[in-house]
Formats: sequence, structure tokens, C-alpha cells
Amino acid sequence: MTLGNLGHLLVILSFVTALVATYAYLRVTLLQADSLELSSWKRFARSAFYVHAAAIVGVCVTLYTIIYGHHFEYHYAWSHSSKALPWYYMLSCFWEGQEGSFMLWMFWQAILGVILIRTNKLWEAPMMTVYTLVQAFLTSMILGVIIPGLDFKIGSTPFLTMREAMPDLPVWSANPNFIPQDGNGLNPLLQNYWMVIHPPTLFLGFALTLVPFAYLMAGLWRKQVTEWLRPALPWMLLTGVILGVGILMGGYWAYETLSFNSYWSWDPVENAVYVPWLVGIAALHTMIIAKKNASALKSSVILVIAQFILILYSTFLTRSGILGNSSVHSFTDLGLSGQLLLYLLAFIAVSIIISVRVWKLLPTDAEEVSTYSREFWLFIGATVLCLASFQVIIPTSIPVWNKIVESLGGVSKLAPPTDAITYYTKFQLWFFAVIAILTGIGQYFWWKRVQKGKMQELLTPVWISLFITALLITFGGINKLPYIALLTASVFALVANMAIILGILKGSYRLSGGAITHIGVALMLIGILWSSGYQKVVSLNGSGLLISKDDFFTKDNNRENKENVLLWLGQSTRMGDYLLTYRGPRTEIRDVPQYIPSSWLDIIEGDFHAVCLRDITIGEKTFHKKGDTVAVYPENVFYEVEYREPSGRITTLFPRAQFNKRMGLVVSPDIKRELNKDLYSFVTVGGNPSEAEEWSATENVRVALQDTFFVNDYVAVLENVARTNGVEGVSLNPNDVAVKAQIKILDKEREYYIAPTFAINQDRMVLRKPEVSEELGLRIQFMEIDPKTGMFSFAANFKQRDYIVMKAVEKPLINVLWIGTLILVAGFTISTLRRFREFRLVRDKGVELEKVID
Amino acid sequence: MKKIHIFGLIVIAIAIGIIVSTYGNASTYSNFTEAEELAKEGEKTEIHVVGKLTKDPNGQIVGMKYDPVMDPNHFEFMLADTNKVVKRVVYGSPKPQDFDKSEQVVVIGRMEGDHFACNKILMKCPSKYTNEKPDFKEATASKM
Repeated sequence: MTLGNLGHLLVILSFVTALVATYAYLRVTLLQADSLELSSWKRFARSAFYVHAAAIVGVCVTLYTIIYGHHFEYHYAWSHSSKALPWYYMLSCFWEGQEGSFMLWMFWQAILGVILIRTNKLWEAPMMTVYTLVQAFLTSMILGVIIPGLDFKIGSTPFLTMREAMPDLPVWSANPNFIPQDGNGLNPLLQNYWMVIHPPTLFLGFALTLVPFAYLMAGLWRKQVTEWLRPALPWMLLTGVILGVGILMGGYWAYETLSFNSYWSWDPVENAVYVPWLVGIAALHTMIIAKKNASALKSSVILVIAQFILILYSTFLTRSGILGNSSVHSFTDLGLSGQLLLYLLAFIAVSIIISVRVWKLLPTDAEEVSTYSREFWLFIGATVLCLASFQVIIPTSIPVWNKIVESLGGVSKLAPPTDAITYYTKFQLWFFAVIAILTGIGQYFWWKRVQKGKMQELLTPVWISLFITALLITFGGINKLPYIALLTASVFALVANMAIILGILKGSYRLSGGAITHIGVALMLIGILWSSGYQKVVSLNGSGLLISKDDFFTKDNNRENKENVLLWLGQSTRMGDYLLTYRGPRTEIRDVPQYIPSSWLDIIEGDFHAVCLRDITIGEKTFHKKGDTVAVYPENVFYEVEYREPSGRITTLFPRAQFNKRMGLVVSPDIKRELNKDLYSFVTVGGNPSEAEEWSATENVRVALQDTFFVNDYVAVLENVARTNGVEGVSLNPNDVAVKAQIKILDKEREYYIAPTFAINQDRMVLRKPEVSEELGLRIQFMEIDPKTGMFSFAANFKQRDYIVMKAVEKPLINVLWIGTLILVAGFTISTLRRFREFRLVRDKGVELEKVID
Repeated sequence: MKKIHIFGLIVIAIAIGIIVSTYGNASTYSNFTEAEELAKEGEKTEIHVVGKLTKDPNGQIVGMKYDPVMDPNHFEFMLADTNKVVKRVVYGSPKPQDFDKSEQVVVIGRMEGDHFACNKILMKCPSKYTNEKPDFKEATASKM
């Protein structure tokens, strides 16, 4: 059996077992508690799920084997991988395609399902009915089965052979057994370690949203309208951590890899996961108080449903192709949009039906909630979080709105806001200023530090934070009202939550999760405020040095948005506080710790190896000899750019460009990290050193010593011609004669020397070794000496001088953002562990109770 | 009226405000003709124009000009909108990385005199995630 058939078989097996498990768990749920069939159905359902989980793992292993073994007869391996990739990037190949990312999602759900079965027997049957139904829907996405008779395809399988995937290629008639030599390769932007760990984390987050949802559905189904909260809460917290970490990793990847110049660009793809995450955070806040407050319970029901449905909605948005013209990086349509819509609508229907049935059973509050209660403030916080997410999802859904109007026969030409970052920031900033304040007040009420008639406790943090903010505003130069508001709110959140940890919890770490998380949020907000609000473009092209022949290019020269600067090789350019010098293109050899000049290597076409044109020596150590073949990353070029500070300190950055056959030029930044800021640089235009520039036609000059002459547009002086004993790369015999000319070339700012040699041996054989100045784009060859007239002849050729266009941005205090992120994750983890522990304690007690009753 | 009701009303009011402001801030998908009309009326609003790049028989994009030596922050090309109206589009930044591979682009900006000044280009590259026809010539030859 081929790998493809095995994979396909396992997919079908996993789909069938998911359906069987759903049915079996449904039977168990519907059976009376004293039924004799109960335990056998339960055993059957459980086995079906175990087989399902094993099949899913098998599907994943099969696909990875196909990729890892370079089985390019399979379309998935061919289109996402290539031989040059190391094994960890082959993991990224696995989830580069839509099918693979779906598989990652169901893989996590399979694993989580096994954990749930083993840890919670009490809720198993109804919860797993919902759970396996979701799993069945997901598995159907990679089924790739065409219903006979109807021209309708269910799912898209990753196990197609090349021939099945592209039956129209002419090659099949010539050679039906054709197998491509190498694959198409992985998108260079995904060749990054974050892309190895970000998608698994994110999809674990996706998978986790199902767990609280399944508990909720089970609870409502069995009319246990509050009991579901206890098992669901720790999972909701875990969802918050994992999904949050996944999103932040994505942001960090974008910052490090994409030259979007930002960690967050409010692209629909980003918004689509940000929204369910915020709603999930709101849900966990209402869940904490839902036992005591009926409004919070009702909200929890709605929000837990919403966070799960929104994940489905986000999947629909990004994978149905509906975002089309509004996102830079959504997946293309695999023909699954109908299926995805069905999946989405089915679960909206299921949740509504189940909730409406029991809505009347949900308790109502006997008396109104007091403004001085913790419930009130948490509830407000959750509401603001929801409003913030609502503000994001509405503009993001504009393409959906257009589609709906179109399908009803109307015309809607609404487009998303033109400047997404400014637009969303304008609103989100205020929402988060309010949220920051609420985290502080909320904690004070939560720990009963303040009560009705006893509010003065809050005054101390207010005064302290106002004082700190005043200092920060004065010395940080914060002058915009929204920024001042956000800063004040964040500082208050920081101070208030710190006060709670120090004053009330006294370091009791188990209870301090909430306060720690809020400190993380406050620090993140401060970091974002500075790094985004006060980022400074260093590479402003205000030099006015560029001489243009075309009026068209000069007339806009004074415009403000000229944020990219051109650097000639070897010529220093002043940019802000820095003196920048471009030192030339560099290449990375896989086993050499430093980048080396690209000219030292000759890259073998169509391969990932190169031949060394000279010894590869760094410092004292020689890594490779001339003529050695070494493994390189042939697509990557690193442009060495030197930054000299006024203090004389020099930093070298290596922004990267990849010359990718499929995608053209792809650039990634290099970041100089300092304690108080990042210097972020990326190349927007750069030359490819493996494509040799063409030299111009030869220009001949005949000059005497000390003559001044012109080469190209440069002024040159022949300063000296002298006998030399050695010519580099040539061994001279004792009777050979070699002379070296010294030509001074005057450029705008500095002078260069070019010294071509001329040698003659006893057989009157002549050697003319040219000299090249890459900085000037000039090659000079010593042609002839005329002893009678004392004149010397030179031949000169020119080429385009090497240059790059780059952009550099300073991002102050970005480390505060990253530190905040880590603190947020730490706080979240503490809370999650605490709630899991509580759940375990109650569960074990519950099991004991059951035993006693039995 | 209970406090929760007042609270609910405030939330609904904010939600309606969000929807209204979304509508107000939303741009539109339009074409060059409408962009010119807007410019004549003195409107500064920015719109989205979906268009196709015209390519010559060699696959070169017609009217594309980018000379970083002259000005690294000036890039221009000709774009035909959905009504086949062709305009010069000027972009005040370097040429986007994968522009050469694009066929359809969305430009966001407004008309300024004879050209469309855009500050954002969205590209749809057929080769990015989908599977272009593989270049099999070489591979086939070595196989047979």
C-alpha cells in the first residue's frame, strides 16, 4: 500500500470513528442511569474515540513521512517542501498548507479528547458527544471524497499524487510515471523558528476553545446550568493563556520576519483571532462570578458560545477566500467555503437550540447588584472587553457584509478603513485605557479592600500613579491626549495591582495570578504606547544629495514620507544620529558562525551548495579551503550595514533578502536590541550578488605621469607607476617584469586608489591584471607602456555601483512590551494551575460522594 | 428602571455607535472615474481601486518606473481599473517586493491631478499560496 493510500484510509477511518463515537456518546447520554446497556455503550464510545485519536495521529505521521522522505510524487510534498530544508522547517511545510493546518487542529483536539476522557468521567458522555461532533466536522475538511453522481467534493485531502492534483499537465502523456526532482520549497517567510512553534501553539488554542464550549453544552443539555462552570473554568483559563501566547508569538514572528515594520498590523487575519481571544477573556471573568450572579451566568453562557463560534467564524473568514481583496495574507479558497459555512451555521444552530431550551431555568437575581460589589466591577470589565472586540469584528466583517448584500441581489462596495493601524488604534486605545483602570479597581473590590463607604483605600494608588504619570509625561515628552490617558490608566493599573500583591496577598503566589496578569497587561500597554506611538523613522531621506535628471523624480522630493534611504557601497551616509555604511552582500555558510562576503563563494545553480573561491577564514580559524564545496542557504543575501554612533560605537546589522523563484524578492529585518529601544532595519531594494552586473563598453585613456583625466564621471590622477615584485594570484619568474600603476580617483567625499598591474615575461607574453573597485563600480586594466613618449594606456569599464535602499526605525521601550507579555503569561499560568487544582479537589470529593451513594 | 437596564441601554448605544462609525470610516471599492469626480469635488477621502496590471508580451508590466538611484521613494505604474480605464499610479515608497509577480492589485489612495496617489498596495500573487504550473521542462529532460 502506498503512503498516500494509507493516509487516505486513515482519514476515512478517523471520520467514521468520529461519527461512531458521536452516536455512541449520544446513546450513553440518553440512556437512563440504571440501564444495563450503559457501561457497554460507554466502553464502545470510548474505544471508538481512542481509535479515532490513533487514526488522527496516524494521518499526521503519514503526511510528515511523505514530506520528510521527499516523496515528490505527492502534490503536498512537492508544493510545500524541497530537499534543501532542514527537518524542523519540514515541520513548517506540514502546516504551510491548509490541509496540514486543519490536521494540526484536529491532532490537538484528539489529544485533548483523550485527556478529557481520562480526567472527567462524570461529564464524559454529554460533553464528548458535542466534542466528537466537532471533531467529525473538522475531519471532513480533509476527507477529499467526491460524492458519486453529484459533482460535490467533501474536504480537500493532502494525499493527492501529482497526477491526481494536476491531471492536465502535458508531461503525463510523455511519461506517466514522472516524479519531480525537487519540490517547490517552503515560503521563505515561514523559514523561521517562530513558524515552527507558533502554528502548533495557536491551533492548540483553537482546539482548547472547544473544551469550555463542550462543557457548557453538556451542562445546559443535562439542565445542570451552573455545575458546568467548575470543570470549564480551568480550561477557559488555559485557552486564554495558550491562545494569547499563540497570538503574541505570531506578532513577534511578524516583527522579526516580515518587514511590515510592526508586531501588529490589524490585518483581518490577525483580527480574526484577536476577537475570540478577547471574548474568551471576558468569558472567564464572568465565569468567576457566575455562581453568585445570574446576569454573569447568562453572560457566561453567551460568551463561552461566542468564543467558540468566533473561532469557527475566523476560520471561515481566513480560509473561504472571502477576505479576497482586503487582506495581504489570507489563504486562498480550496473550495471548502460551503463546508466551512455549514460547520459555522450548524454550531450556531446547535448552541442556540440548546440554550433556548433551558434559558428559563437559568436563575435570576433576587436583588440588584450593588455598585460596590466585586461582581459589578468584573461585569463592567467583561463588557468593555466585549465592546472592544465588537469594535474590531465589525470592520473586519465588511467583506462578509458585501457578500450578503450581493447574494440578496444588492450592491455593496464598502471597503475596510484605508489605514487600519490608525483606525483601530483610535478606538482600541480608549477601550484599553478603561480596561486598565478597571483591572485596578476590580482587584480592590475583589479582595474586599474597598467597600461601600470605605473607598479611601483607593486614593493612595491614585495619587502615586498620578505622580508617576506626571513624571513620565514630563520627561518622556508625551503630549497627545489619548496617549496621556492611556499612560495614566496603565500606570494606575500597575500601581494598584502591585499594591494588591504586596498589601493583601503578601506574596501568596497561588492567589496572585490575577494581579500578576494585570501587571503584565499594564506593562504591555506602556510598551505599545512608546514603541508604536513614539517610533521614530531614522532613515529619513532628507539629504537632498540625490541628483536627478528627471524633473518628475525631484518635484516630490520634499514630501514627508520619504522614509527610505539609498546607501552606496562603502560610502557613509548620515542618518539621524548614525553614520551608515553599506559594506556589501554577505552569504551564510551552514557550518560557519559568521556571514561571509558573497564574492568568496560560487553558488551552484539549482542546488544548495557552493564552491569556495578562497579560504574561508574568520579570525584565526580556517573553516574551509579554497575549492571546498559547502552547504549554504542560496536564496539568502545579508546586506552588511554598519551603524556608527556619535560616541564612535559601531554596530553591524545584517538585514536579509531572499531571492525566491516563486515569490521574487522577500526581505526580513535585522534588529539591534538595546535595553531601552530596538533599532529595526530592513532593505527595500537590494542587488542579487549571484546575478553578475554587466560591464559597460571599454573606454581607453592615454596619459602621462601626474596627468589628470576623467573616467566615467570621476576625476582621476595617475600618481605613480612603479616596479613591483609580486602580483597577487600570479607567480612571477625572476626574469619577469611587473609594474603597478597607482591611480587616484576622486569621488564626492573621499578618494580611492586603484592599482592595476602590467607584467611581461621573457617570451614577451603580457599579463594585464585588472583592478576592480566595487565602491566605484569601476574596473581598470593597465594596457600598455610606451617607452618613447612616456605615455601609459589604460582601459576602463563601468557598471552600476552596488547599493541598497533601506529603512530604519527606532522603537523605544519595546522591551517593556515583551516583559509585560512574559508577566502576563506567568500570571495566567498561576491562575490556571490554581483553578485546575480546585477542580481536582472538588472532583475527587465528588467521586467519593458517588461511591458513598452507591 | 433597574440599573441593569440602564447599563444594557448604554452598551447598546455604544454598539450602535461602533456600527455607525464603522460605516462612516469605511472606505469604498471604486474606480478611477469616481476617484476623479471625488477629487474634483475637493474630497480628500481615500478609496480602494481594484485593477489589473497591463503586461506586454514579454510579461513586463507596462509603464512601471522605479529608479532608486533617482529617488528610492518613488514608484509608478499603469493600472487598468475594472472599467478598463487606465491611470498612472504613483506610490511614495519603494517598489513592493513581489510586485513583478502580481497580476491583480488593489490600490488605496486618491486622485491627485493626472495620477492616482496611493499609499498602500495590496497584491494578489497567483503564485503565493496556490500552486502555479510547475516548470517541468528541465526535470523532464533529465528524466528521459
